[in-house]
Amino acid sequence: MAQSLFQKVWDAHSVRTLANGQTQLLIGTHLIHEVTSPQAFGMLRDLGLPVAQPHRTFATVDHIVPTDQQREPFRDPLADAMIQELRRNCAAHGITYFDLASGRQGIVHMVGPEQGITQPGTTIACGDSHTSTHGAFGAIALGIGTSQVRDVLATQTIALGRLKVRRINVEGRLRPGVYAKDVILHLIRRLGVNGGTGFAYEYGGAVFDRFSMEERMTVCNMSIEGGARVGYVNPDETTFAYLRGRPYAPAGAAWDQAVARWRATASDPGCGYDDVVTFEGEDIPPTVTWGINPGQALAITENVPDPATATGDEPAAIAEALAYMKLSAGAPIKGTRIDVAFLGSCTNARLSDFQEVAKYLPGHRVAPGVRALAVPGSQQVRQACAELGIDEIFRAAGFEWREAGCSMCLAMNPDRLQGDELCASSSNRNFKGRQGSPTGRTLLMSPLMVAAAAVSGAVADAREVFGVKS
Amino acid sequence: MSLEKITTVTGRAVSVPGNDLDTDRIIPARFLKAVTFDGLGEGLFADARQAATAAGQVHPLDDPRFRGARILLSGANFGCGSSREHAPQALRKFGFRAVIAESYAEIFFGNATTLGLACVSADRADLTRLAAAVAARPELEVTLDLVGGVLRWEGQTAALTLRSSAREALIQGRWDPIGELLDGRTAVAAAAARLPYLAVPQK
Ligand code: SF4
Repeated sequence: MAQSLFQKVWDAHSVRTLANGQTQLLIGTHLIHEVTSPQAFGMLRDLGLPVAQPHRTFATVDHIVPTDQQREPFRDPLADAMIQELRRNCAAHGITYFDLASGRQGIVHMVGPEQGITQPGTTIACGDSHTSTHGAFGAIALGIGTSQVRDVLATQTIALGRLKVRRINVEGRLRPGVYAKDVILHLIRRLGVNGGTGFAYEYGGAVFDRFSMEERMTVCNMSIEGGARVGYVNPDETTFAYLRGRPYAPAGAAWDQAVARWRATASDPGCGYDDVVTFEGEDIPPTVTWGINPGQALAITENVPDPATATGDEPAAIAEALAYMKLSAGAPIKGTRIDVAFLGSCTNARLSDFQEVAKYLPGHRVAPGVRALAVPGSQQVRQACAELGIDEIFRAAGFEWREAGCSMCLAMNPDRLQGDELCASSSNRNFKGRQGSPTGRTLLMSPLMVAAAAVSGAVADAREVFGVKS
Repeated sequence: MSLEKITTVTGRAVSVPGNDLDTDRIIPARFLKAVTFDGLGEGLFADARQAATAAGQVHPLDDPRFRGARILLSGANFGCGSSREHAPQALRKFGFRAVIAESYAEIFFGNATTLGLACVSADRADLTRLAAAVAARPELEVTLDLVGGVLRWEGQTAALTLRSSAREALIQGRWDPIGELLDGRTAVAAAAARLPYLAVPQK
C-alpha cells in the first residue's frame, strides 16, 4: 500500500494508543530554548523525575539575547535569570547546549538544521510553534506547550491525535523577484489562517523540487501561520547534500545506511491524501501583509481592501485591521511610509537571505529616518556573512548589522518598535503588539522587499527598486 | 496521579469577542520573561486592557460586573499563533475554568486541555445568543455539561462540541497525560529500539 511520509513516520514512532484515543508518540529529537523550558524543568523537579533521554535533547538560547552585543550579564535582569536557568538545567541533566560562547548559538530553528540534528524520517518537538520549520527535511516537527516539554523530558513521548494530510503542489516556476516567503504568504492568503487546522501540510511540485533547503525551511516555518501544526517536504538529493558533513549527521558507512532509510521515508508515488490543492508558481506575486494576521495579505501591486465592498464576516475584520494599522481603505499598499526595516527571524535570516539582498544592495542607502536592522539568525550565519563580506555590504548601505537571535521578531529583548512605528519585516507574525509596542505595526514580506522598503522609506516593489529582470 | 474529573463547569461568563485572537494578544511576550508561570493572570489581554483604559473605556475583564467570571466567550480560531502555554496558564490564573468559542487553534487547544481548561465549541448563532444574555445579565450562571454535550443558561440550551479525545481526558480525569505516558515505559523502549537514530552514541 502506497503511504505518505506522514503515515510512515507516524507509524514508526507510535508507541501505543492511550485511553482517550490519542497516540503516545515517540519524539526522536527534542529542541529546547530559554522561554518555554524552565517551567518544564520545574515540573520535573516537582515530580522527582529525571530526563529520560538527555542525549536526544539539544538546547540553545535565542529569544532573550540582546543583539547589539551578547556580553553578559545582560542589562535586563529577567533575561539574565533566564539564560542562567537554562545553563543550570542543561548542566544538571547532561543536555547538549549551544551556548553564546560555542559559535553555534542561534535561533533554535536554525541551529537544528545547521548542526545536522534535524534529519529526515524523524519526529522533532520543541516548545515553539515554528518547529514546523524542521519539516523541510522530511520530519514530523511539532510545536508543543510547556507541559509537553515536560512530557518529552520525562518520557521522550507526547500524547497526540493523528493529523490529516493535505498535499500542496506548487507547479511551474516562480517569476523573478518572487521568493519562498511570497509562496507561503500567498498560500496562507488563499487557504486561510485556520485552513490548516487538523492537517499536516505536505509541500511538493516543481517549485519545491527546485527549492534549496533554506527556501523549503522558509515555507515550512510559516505552516503554523496557516493553522497547520506540521509542514514538510519529502527528502531528496537536495536534503542529503545539505546534511552531508554536518556535525551531527551520520558519517562513513552509517551515512549510506541513513540515506537509504531517509529515501524510503518519502511519500510513495500514488499514496492517498486527505486533501490536495495545486497552485501555479507563475500566479504568485511579491506579497505583503496589510493587516493583523498573516492571511491579510495582498500583491504589492494591489490596494488594501475596503470594508464597504467586502462580504460575509470580512467587513468587521477588515475595519478592525485597518484601524489598528492606520491604513486607508482602498489605498495602494505601495508607497506606505515605513519607520523600521527588520531583516531577521527564523523565517528569513539564513545565509541565502542575506546573500540575495547583498546582490542588489550596493549603490543603495537606507532612506533618511528609517531604522534598518539586519540580524543573522545564528552565529554560523553571521560568521559566513563576515567571510563573504556581506556584513560590510549591509553596513555600507546603512543597516545595523547585529548579533544572532530572535531580535525584533518579538519583544523579549531590547529590539522593539516604539509607539505606532510601522515595520517592514521578514519575520512571520504581524499580530497586534507582536514587535514589542502595543500599537506597533508590522508588514510581512520577503527579505528583498524589506530591503526595497528600507532604501525607499516606503513599501516598494523590489523588482522596480532593484531592477530585477523578468 | 489522580486528577479531578471535569464533567461540568458552572459559573458566570464574560465575553471577549473577536476572531483570531492570537496568543500574543492573550499574553504579550514581555510577560514571558520569567522562569515560572506565577503571576501570569495580570498579563492576560494586558495590551487590550490598557488600550481600553487609555481610551476611557472599560475592558470586559476589568468590568466589575464580570469580576469572578469562570467562563470566557470568544470567536473563531481562538489562541492562534505561538505555542506558549503561558496563554492557557494566564487564563487559568485569572480564574477561568472554561472557554466557549467557535473554534480553536490546535496547539492552544492541546495546551489548555492538558491544564484542565475546558475549551468547547459552539455555533456562532448560539454564541451570539449566549453573549447577549450575559451582557444583559452579567450575574447569570452558565453550565457546560461535557457529558451531555450541552450549554445551559436561564432555561436556554445550546449544543456544545468537544473533540472526543479531549472530552474523554476531561471527564475521566486524565487531562494531564504524564501518568499514562510514564506507564508506557516498556513500550517506549521497544519502539525506540526499532529506530536506529535513537541509539545512544558510542563515545
Ligand atoms: S525568530 Fe521569532 S518566530 Fe522564530 S523562534 Fe524567534 S521569536 Fe519565534
